[in-house]
Amino acid sequence: MIFRLTCKEASRLISAGMDRRLSLAERVGLRLHVGICDACTRFTSQVQFLRRALKAFPGPDERERR
Amino acid sequence: MLAAPTPLELERHRPHLLRFALLQLRDRSAAEDAVQDTLLAAIQGAAQFAGQSSVRTWLIGILKHKMIDILRKAAREQPLDGPSDDDARDLDAFFAEDGHFLQAPEQWADPERSLEERRFFETLERCLQSLPRKTASAFAMRELMGLETDEICKELGISTSNCWVMLYRARMGLRACLEQTWFLAGSAGDR
Repeated sequence: MIFRLTCKEASRLISAGMDRRLSLAERVGLRLHVGICDACTRFTSQVQFLRRALKAFPGPDERERR
Repeated sequence: MLAAPTPLELERHRPHLLRFALLQLRDRSAAEDAVQDTLLAAIQGAAQFAGQSSVRTWLIGILKHKMIDILRKAAREQPLDGPSDDDARDLDAFFAEDGHFLQAPEQWADPERSLEERRFFETLERCLQSLPRKTASAFAMRELMGLETDEICKELGISTSNCWVMLYRARMGLRACLEQTWFLAGSAGDR
């Protein structure tokens, strides 16, 4: 079943992969799914972007950009 | 040897620190206290500032410690309410019955550029505030403070699997919110 992930399962694993080490089966299943799924490819880069955005919070200081 | 930052120099960072603290603590007086303690600690320890990072990064580092103390104390005194099971059924709303996205994530135009925009961060703040409180708190601990999930579970008094569900819920919600209110709202291109 892990080898035929739905987007729902895949997105959950993509998120989990940012918080814990995925098992080999999970990683393989995810790679197979994301490889053929545009939606989950975008989802992956978007949650990674979220991480960078929170790292950069609260963002640029306008007064420093004179 | 680098000159230690003066109190006046440190004070300039107060508004920035306050926004950071408010995002996690959601309580103005608690946030103001944390920032005040941070600036006092920084003034006392200014000689230790190694100059390896920017003054702001150094201050944020001190502030994070103060905030973790506050969160710990708050968790002991009054645990956050909210569902404590690892039920993710509310997330079904994002998916069709066959497990496909009901609304597939769109391509975001040049997200890195948004990181240079103050308004983007204001949108991000609003999106975080729209999440359930406990979910937002777990997410901020993970991504804003950089805590590991086992620490977050401990602070929030929840199971590890519940923690993963909450972080997943936060990412799903934030992603959708940013897409609707920033990337597809024309805000990202309006510059």
